[in-house]
Amino acid sequence: MPKKLMKGNEAIGEAAIVAGAQAYFCYPITPQTEIAEYLAKRMPEVGGVFVQAESELAASQMIFGAAAAGARVFTTSSSPGISLMGEAMSYITAAELPAVFINIIRCGPGLGGILPSQGDYLQAVKGAGHGDYKLLVLAPSTIQEAVDLTIEAFRLADKYLNPVMLIGDGLIGQMMEPVDFESCVKPPRLDCSAWATTGCAGREPHIVKTLFLDPNVLEERNRRLKAKYERMAREEIRFETYGCDPPPDLLFAAYGTTARVVRTAVDRLREEGASVGLFRPISVFPFPDDALRQVAHQPQVHNVLVVEMSMGQMLEDVQSALQGRRPLHFYGRGGGNVPAPEELIDEAKKLLGNGHGGKK
Amino acid sequence: MSAPTTIFRRPEALRDAFTHYCPGCTHGIIHRLVAETLDELGLRERTIGIAPVGCSVLCYNYFNCDMQEAAHGRAPALATGVKRVLPDRIVFTYQGDGDLASIGTAEIIHAANRGEKFTTIFVNNAIYGMTGGQMAPTTMPNQVTTTCPRGRDVNTAGWPIPVADVLAQLRTPAYIERVAVHTPRYTVQAKRAIRQAFQYQAENRCYSFVEVLSTCPTNWGKTPNESVQWLEDVMVPYFKLGLKKSPDRPPVE
Ligand SMILES: Cc1ncc(C[n+]2csc(CCOP(=O)(O)OP(=O)(O)O)c2C)c(N)n1
Ligand code: SF4
Ligand SMILES: [Mg+2]
Repeated sequence: MPKKLMKGNEAIGEAAIVAGAQAYFCYPITPQTEIAEYLAKRMPEVGGVFVQAESELAASQMIFGAAAAGARVFTTSSSPGISLMGEAMSYITAAELPAVFINIIRCGPGLGGILPSQGDYLQAVKGAGHGDYKLLVLAPSTIQEAVDLTIEAFRLADKYLNPVMLIGDGLIGQMMEPVDFESCVKPPRLDCSAWATTGCAGREPHIVKTLFLDPNVLEERNRRLKAKYERMAREEIRFETYGCDPPPDLLFAAYGTTARVVRTAVDRLREEGASVGLFRPISVFPFPDDALRQVAHQPQVHNVLVVEMSMGQMLEDVQSALQGRRPLHFYGRGGGNVPAPEELIDEAKKLLGNGHGGKK
Repeated sequence: MSAPTTIFRRPEALRDAFTHYCPGCTHGIIHRLVAETLDELGLRERTIGIAPVGCSVLCYNYFNCDMQEAAHGRAPALATGVKRVLPDRIVFTYQGDGDLASIGTAEIIHAANRGEKFTTIFVNNAIYGMTGGQMAPTTMPNQVTTTCPRGRDVNTAGWPIPVADVLAQLRTPAYIERVAVHTPRYTVQAKRAIRQAFQYQAENRCYSFVEVLSTCPTNWGKTPNESVQWLEDVMVPYFKLGLKKSPDRPPVE
């Protein structure tokens, strides 16, 4: 199959099919409804399950039921809907079930607007629901990467028996780009015969639950979850650097679509002779803090500029990674506004001084 | 003398376990009726039950089949997820009145309206048992609970929701019946209804729902005997027993 020009939302839907998703439960919300519309057609074609639920609360709890019955399952939504899914995320993580959640983020808070945003970063990496739990969170910046990471998300959910979340700002859902499904590899089917509730013929009954009234038993489960997150931090760190060799005077840090705008700004600044580079986290939980430190703490790097479509959320992770050893700056746009390369060039120039880097 | 014959035993679908239910609580009777049904219809090994949040959250300690434990009110959503990916299995939810008629109203109405092919056993004891006796949507007018210490005021709290009757209004075919288990006569009726509900599911006919009026001596502040009497005198006249809807009797157009 040659490359196909596809809208991000549809490409994500197709990626889930390629990944072997067996069931999809959803509730419509802009700017990701095309995923539901696409899958309403596609899931029945591949013998899969499509259900439009009565709410995101229900859709995400249907995911619990289907995942506990051993199916490869996922749901998609956008910010206000993801808030309602926080309950299920907590329960699914507690029950150690694999599932994929996709948030095509719109601007908030409240009903906010329907334009792109990165305002749900903290919700994604710190947790939308209650209790001591984490999701593995991936942030694509192109449609091809959204496809690849969607498939990867299913593999990782199985690997860790933990929900994985893909966060894309609205642009990831709405943009059209050529995508290739040819090189995609379907994750192998998970063997869940030891725990899935499928009927107890020939074995003892399986119970999938999250209530543990004995503090020592629950603490043990908390520790097991913590060990998972530590393993993720060792094995699932993903990031990309651009223009960082040799080390730049000014290092941008950005993810998702924002990182693409930064890339354009970096290209233009470098054409003018400025020393600038980009660090782009792809896994945002676990956050690539070691990798970021290794780039940012080189002596040539004098400033770090975080750019986000929010009022400063990933900024907190960058701040804790840098441990105060580099001056940290922030440029954010909100309300659905996307920063333009010119704005970033202006911001960079303030920090680079007249010499455009290095020669202060 | 001839060898003794067993005439009454624990169903295979119930585990050998000590009960955590209070003396005089009829949750246990309802468990037994469900378990007998699974045995009689030969369904136990392909059944997945969904536990609610309420006193019966621990029902997986008693039902000897695969079980999932839902978040408060979401059992019908879990059941939908299970039944859609395993359509040839038997799925049931077991839910209290706070769980089903308050926090989980949307889930139950929409599962019933989609005609999901699972069975719901709805235990209506007119109170929140597990959390210590607060007002439920099914609490009777003037009934005293910890959150309506002067009795349920229907002007501000509304009237008890007759869930079986409400669900029976939906156009989607379903089997819906309300029963009670506070006397042997009622219990026999209840068994027949629960068996019918699972039978319809086994035949892949329709959604099936059995509301069971149940006692909560502990939080009603009554002895087991007084509880039986109160259920008969106060609940039965309001929550009318009987068949509300059947797939064998479609509505007249
Ligand atoms: C989201 C959420 N809200 C509140 C609770 C607390 N809670 C636990 S059980 C319960 C009520 C259960 O009452 P009911 O469903 O009538 O069951 P019963 O104990 O009477 O059988 C409540 C409010 C909870 N566990 N989760
Ligand atoms: S509190 Fe009420 S419902 Fe719960 S076990 Fe005791 S009597 Fe039964
Ligand atoms: Mg109750």
